[in-house]
Parts: sequence; structure tokens; C-alpha cells
Amino acid sequence: MKRAIHRQAASIVAAVAPFGIVFGAAAATAGLSLVQAMGFSLFVFGGSSQFAAVEILGDGGSVASAAIAGLLLNVRSLAFGVIMAPALVGTWWQRAAMSQLMIDESTAVGAAQHERRWRRYGYLVAGIGVFLVWNVTTAVGHVAFAGAGDLITELGLDAAGPAAFLALLWPRLSSAPQRRTAIVGALIALALIPFAPPGVPILASMLGVAAGRVGARRADEEVLT
Amino acid sequence: MNEATLVLIVMTIGTFALKSAGPLVLGDRALPLRVQQVVDLLPAALLAALTIVSTVGDGRAVAIDARLVGLVVAGRALWRRLPFVVVIVLASGATALARLIS
Repeated sequence: MKRAIHRQAASIVAAVAPFGIVFGAAAATAGLSLVQAMGFSLFVFGGSSQFAAVEILGDGGSVASAAIAGLLLNVRSLAFGVIMAPALVGTWWQRAAMSQLMIDESTAVGAAQHERRWRRYGYLVAGIGVFLVWNVTTAVGHVAFAGAGDLITELGLDAAGPAAFLALLWPRLSSAPQRRTAIVGALIALALIPFAPPGVPILASMLGVAAGRVGARRADEEVLT
Repeated sequence: MNEATLVLIVMTIGTFALKSAGPLVLGDRALPLRVQQVVDLLPAALLAALTIVSTVGDGRAVAIDARLVGLVVAGRALWRRLPFVVVIVLASGATALARLIS
């Protein structure tokens, strides 16, 4: 059992490494110090939310828009917490400590196990593995690309950010409501670029969720009739 | 205090609240269906917006440049289920090449 969980966790943990390097590089490009970049990876520990905040800060967005966009991308950890809660047994401070590892990867490996104690074990193995790799690669990415300046555009590395966001979005596009949400969200943001301060178009994109829900409701009705 | 540090502090506190609400407070009480649907869809909207804005955004202007070439190449690579490292390398390479040519 342990070996099967280790195998699942290993492939997921390995996949995080290049993301960490791209995040470290993005943080350096946006003008964050190494300590700040590491602070995000240690204390926030949520890949897409860190990327979002750094992207908006780099564009000159306000503190509020960067923080809110980042937090909105972590709202899903609320849902993960509800899924994992029965398995994460312990004293309150143990549960608090385990909560810090509440990310897509740990929830995926944990929730894939059938028995409660293995759910906890899988969650912890994947969570700790990703935490270590994410933090090491954040530091590597920052150190490697801090002061790279013109080299970033010469090597086309300014396209790494958009490519990383698209890669995070990609697996979600398999369902129609998600696709509608993404398209409408992207159009709202695009339309607002010339009129709103940096960061605000990103926040406004959440209205795209309404487009996704319209379709979801129609699907519910079809099931009922 | 530096802006990034302020964002870091706010996000650390907020994220921890979101992560620990289940294990510390809610237990396994399911979220209301409507809330669950919004939670499921929210990342798609934000990630799509971030993709577009980081590709064509230039402050308050829309700029079509070599980054768009990179994004199209990234899309092709993801379509072919290539690993993330390859996606990034191809997107960056295509962008650099497009700049060299233009």
C-alpha cells in the first residue's frame, strides 16, 4: 500500500519542479527579492495563486487586486478541506499544521485512497513532497534569473508566464461549463485592459462564472426531465 | 513596507483560513451546491484571464507581439499532451525566434 502511494506521489511531486523554477523566475522578473519569493512558497504555498499575485504586482497592479486575485485562486482549498477533513485526525494544532499542505496534489493523492488512514498518509506524503520540491525550485528559479534583465526577452522567457497559466488552465477545459467560464472570463479581462488599472481585469473575470453556471443549470434540468 | 510583502502577509493569513476551515471548523459538512459550483468554476475564469492579460497586456494597452506566438505554440504542445517543461521551452523558443525574425 505504502509503495503504491509513494509511486503516485513521486510522479506528481516531480511534475511540480519546473513550475517552481518558472515561479521563481517570474518572481525575480516582477522585482520580488529572494526572501519575498521564498515567503510566498513557504507560507502561501499555492502555485496558481502565487503566480497570479506576482503577475499582477509585476504589471503594477495594486496590493488589493494582487492579494484578492491570489486568494480567489485559493478558494478551492476550502472545498479540498471539506473533502479531506474526516481523514485528517489529530489534535487541533496537528490539524492546523496538516492544513498548510492543502493543495491540489495532496488532495488528489489523499482522496484517491479508500481507507481513512491511507488517505491521511497519501495526503501527507504528496503534500510534504510538493512542499520541499516547490520551495527548493522557487529558490533555484529566482537565483538563476534574478538580474537576467534583457536575457528574459531575448530568450523569449516572458512567454513562460502565459504558457504556465495556460498549462494550469488546460486540464479544466475538458468540461463545457468550465470552457464557457474560461472564454467569458478571458473576454471580460481582455475588454477591460484599456479601461481599468492593472489587476482589475483579472478580478472582473470572475463574472465569467455566471456563464458557466447558466450551462450547468441547463444540464441539471435536462437530467431532471 | 514593500508592496509585495504586504500582499504576502494578506495572502498568508487568508490562504491559511481557507485551507484550515475544513479540518478545524467545518469538518466534513458539505458546502452548499451553489457555493460548490462557484468554487469549481472560479479558477477557470481567473486562469483564462491571467493567460490573456499576460499575453497581450502591456500596462493599459493591448499589444499583439511575439508573446502571442509563444502562447499558440504552448497551446499546440498542451494539445499533444507534452510535459510542462517541453511546453515552456517550446513557447519561449518560439517567442525568441519570432522576435529575431520580426
